[in-house]
Amino acid sequence: MTENPRTLYEKIWDAHVVDRQEDGTCLVYIDRHLVHEVTSPQAFEGLRVAGRKVRRPDLTLAVPDHNLPTTARIDADGKELPIADPQSAQQLSALKANAPDFGIRYIDATDREQGIVHVVGPEQGFSLPGATIVCGDSHTACHGGIGALAFGIGTTEVEHVLASQTLLLRQSKTMEVRVDGDLSPGVTPKDLILHIVGVIGTAGGTGYVIEYRGSVFEKMSVEGRLTVCNMSIEGGARAGIVAPDETTFEYLKGRPYAPKGEDWDKAIAWWKSIATDPGASFDKSVVIDAADIQPTVTWGTSPEDTVAIGGVVPSPESFADASKQQAAKVSLEYMGLEPGTKLTDVEVENIFIGSCTNSRIEDIRAAAKVLKGRKKAANVKWAIVVPGSGLVKQQAEAEGLDRIITDAGLEWREPGCSACLAMNPDKVPAGERCASTSNRNFTGRQGPGSRTHLMSPAMAAAVAITGRLTDVRDLVEIQA
Amino acid sequence: MEPISHVNGAAIPFGRKNVDTDVIIPAHWLKTISREGLGQGAFEAVKTEDGNVFVDPQYEGAPILIAGDNFGCGSSREHAAWALLDMGLKCVIAPSFSDIFSGNAFKNGILTVALPQEAIDRLMEVAQTDPIDVDLETQTVTTPFQDRYAFEIDSFRKHCLLNGLDEVGLTLGKVGKIAEYEDKAASGLPFLAKTVASAA
Ligand code: SF4
Repeated sequence: MTENPRTLYEKIWDAHVVDRQEDGTCLVYIDRHLVHEVTSPQAFEGLRVAGRKVRRPDLTLAVPDHNLPTTARIDADGKELPIADPQSAQQLSALKANAPDFGIRYIDATDREQGIVHVVGPEQGFSLPGATIVCGDSHTACHGGIGALAFGIGTTEVEHVLASQTLLLRQSKTMEVRVDGDLSPGVTPKDLILHIVGVIGTAGGTGYVIEYRGSVFEKMSVEGRLTVCNMSIEGGARAGIVAPDETTFEYLKGRPYAPKGEDWDKAIAWWKSIATDPGASFDKSVVIDAADIQPTVTWGTSPEDTVAIGGVVPSPESFADASKQQAAKVSLEYMGLEPGTKLTDVEVENIFIGSCTNSRIEDIRAAAKVLKGRKKAANVKWAIVVPGSGLVKQQAEAEGLDRIITDAGLEWREPGCSACLAMNPDKVPAGERCASTSNRNFTGRQGPGSRTHLMSPAMAAAVAITGRLTDVRDLVEIQA
Repeated sequence: MEPISHVNGAAIPFGRKNVDTDVIIPAHWLKTISREGLGQGAFEAVKTEDGNVFVDPQYEGAPILIAGDNFGCGSSREHAAWALLDMGLKCVIAPSFSDIFSGNAFKNGILTVALPQEAIDRLMEVAQTDPIDVDLETQTVTTPFQDRYAFEIDSFRKHCLLNGLDEVGLTLGKVGKIAEYEDKAASGLPFLAKTVASAA
């Protein structure tokens, strides 16, 4: 039978439809469900009230991340330290109790495997290519980097998946973001995705699933692809995905939850077959030239407010649309920036290297490379490096990166979401700036009144050294 | 879930575009383990602005909110829908909504109505003085001044909202089909159908 050419997304979708309703809504099977403490308590409460069970506890993995302090979790005697904030403590203990109650695997805050859900999933081989993966967190899109169809869901949907291992969904439209060529030396996957969000805008991907295609993604590491897919949601798309290839298989092989033996061979054969067919068409296509991309930072309070580091703070009048002009005015006021100011003249007092966007080993290495043998600037008051998981932490320490980081005057912390959304004690003081490797620069995101500039780990490390927004290429020699 | 067929009453003329979920309910309110009481934290930052509509007694308990493009963008937090519900809102009217937000709103029995910007502009004006009427049955928004705007809604969503149907219960009615899928997957996609039990 000759089939119509299909995209990667369409193939994964078709393989997971349990039931198609008349109106086109589909009941879709979910292969992997990640659960954390913030968006799950009300879902478990719902199950309890209705007397329902978790259908497939074996396809579900629970790990705390958002509320955990990034300071020591056990004392010198190995005793677990209490969580100071009573509400955080309550959410954390709810997860710790709910997981065993419903028979779900749980990684504890004190386990070495603990980390941010979106770091833990791929790292454990729990997230797999071609799988449908959900989590009550919008950055679930991250797992698209491994070739999964992964997206964030709300708490009622968390309950729906727990009870039925399915979701009711409508198929999305398909969008291709194609980047061919080579990224310039010093330009990282984070710069690329910030640039892409700047080009398509925060609503550009609404209703679409993005497939990132082209030689730039083919040459990129899995960790880089995770960074790119992570911020698909900042471009409005529910999910972003990169086709699984040899790089992906190499990354996954031997990870704890990855398939073994015969299953592994079957998996590889299927994973190779799900790539977008030649001749398959996308509903929308965006083409970007890799050569156009510079190290990029944000200046405003929307992730689309991006600018190359060599540029200046834009003036509201430079935007065509009146509502964007108004938004820019409000943003600039909040950010305390004057149009026309050179970005490299903007002083920064806080540094946050971490979050599910950029807290993997390659990110820590990139930051350490810049920090090596240097000292943090005097005006930088607070600078923390938060690994994405206990295993990333362990690896970094084995490579001596923690020493490079602390020698430079930055703090080396325990894994978690941390200052990405400041639900834990890691907050940026009101009115101060933060060079942050996270994914959102919304008003108050890193604490009330905080001013966030998004950038890559290498760029954030460069800011730590100079105390101002900096082109990392001016600080370290970058090999082509 | 409460059935919803008709919403009539004061509409809060907010009108702002790109209202993200951090504006609707800031992160520090997410620490609750219950669905109730979030109305207090709704639009917390906006409520400190001079002359904002949320502290205007005229709109206290209003069942309708009027907003600008891309309402509910940002995070997937369902707390945004719970916060609106806790404020007493039953319906949000805007030119467009973020996908996740409109899904969350629907699952909690909040009707999201997308109308063109011209209609929004007119409703913003009417809401200064008069109530607005949203009828889900006929899919129309009307004002006391003969304005009449038709809106689209997915027929499944409409059916669920009108009857107050709980999605989880509906899906569990199809448990036979789910089991059938699982059997098929166990042989066809065994690597996805299970996780390795021995994993750490
Ligand atoms: S690191 Fe930030 S974006 Fe990622 S899951 Fe945690 S809070 Fe969400």
